[in-house]
Amino acid sequence: MKEKEQGRDRLLDIYIAFFKMGLVTFGGGYAMLPILEREVVEKRSWIEKEEVLDYYAVSQGLPGIITVNVSVFIGYRRRQIPGGLMAALGVVSPCIIIITILAACLQNFQDNVYVKHALGGISVCVTALIASTVLGLFKKGVKDVPGFLIFLAVAGYSLFTPLSPILCVVCAAVLGILIQTVRNRRAK
Amino acid sequence: MIVYWQLFYEFFQIGLFAIGGGMATIPFLEHLSETTGWYSAAFISDMIAISESTPGPIGINMATYVGYNVGGLPGGIIATLGEIIPSIIIVVLVSKSLEKFSGNHFVEDAFFGLRPAVTALIMVAGLTVMQSSFLHLESLNQLAHLASYVDWGKLVFFVLVFYCIKKFHKHPVFYIAVSAVIGIVFQF
Repeated sequence: MKEKEQGRDRLLDIYIAFFKMGLVTFGGGYAMLPILEREVVEKRSWIEKEEVLDYYAVSQGLPGIITVNVSVFIGYRRRQIPGGLMAALGVVSPCIIIITILAACLQNFQDNVYVKHALGGISVCVTALIASTVLGLFKKGVKDVPGFLIFLAVAGYSLFTPLSPILCVVCAAVLGILIQTVRNRRAK
Repeated sequence: MIVYWQLFYEFFQIGLFAIGGGMATIPFLEHLSETTGWYSAAFISDMIAISESTPGPIGINMATYVGYNVGGLPGGIIATLGEIIPSIIIVVLVSKSLEKFSGNHFVEDAFFGLRPAVTALIMVAGLTVMQSSFLHLESLNQLAHLASYVDWGKLVFFVLVFYCIKKFHKHPVFYIAVSAVIGIVFQF
């Protein structure tokens, strides 16, 4: 009985810990790392610092939102599937609350002339932010001719056809494996 | 009721196939706007701005924002859950054999193709936002004067913001706030 109660406490504790992290992290991804280390490694000693970095590395290679993936890894490590669920729900709960409030407000003020001009300025800024992200990704991820050809093919394909990005992603992954396999064989 | 199922299904797919975190979901959300007509390209820019300026992972914020605008509070919750359920399943599966996954050369090889493809997809999504903001290419077939396709004031502003982002590396919220003020002052 006592053990059961302890377990229940810890599940709630997992939820609260990740709720707090979702609430104070801006931007997700690596922005979360210092807060994660403080909450999960230093304060609660749930896992080691090196494990956090491992989970981060693997999470980037998995589909989905990186922050959510890392949270599920840590939650699962503590309390198996219920722990993973609690961590994921904890980290997204603040988003649901805050975004719902903001979206409701914006719906009411959308026709306001100042809000319209502000959003007009913001849309230019958003484009610049995306351009900067794309440039960063390009420098990191497109390093040789085959890579550049894949970049061109996907860009052309998705510019001129309304087909699903899912197809692009799947084909690119298969193509990556094929190209690298051929290269490795040649190298041998 | 049907709209909730559709939201869940669409966001489940995004959670399953978007590789590379929050920004990588933008092409999928773009595609979703084309196939369902739930929202416009201008909406996508508001969505990104709000998601970058609030706490929490940007990918989750965008899912909640779209879900809320399509189906109110239940829509926001359903879209968010749809997006994180694949993460939970995949991370639980990977957790059981973490060493196998991180040492697997197929994963690294797949990323050789995935990185350029995701970069191209995000770039094309950015172009669509740009088009709704200051490039009016939809009137391109009317053979009007070339200059009328571009909102020159906004284009200059775009170049300025892009330069500042690359030069000063401040948090996106900073640029979004400044752009809102500039949008109001110059009546964008």
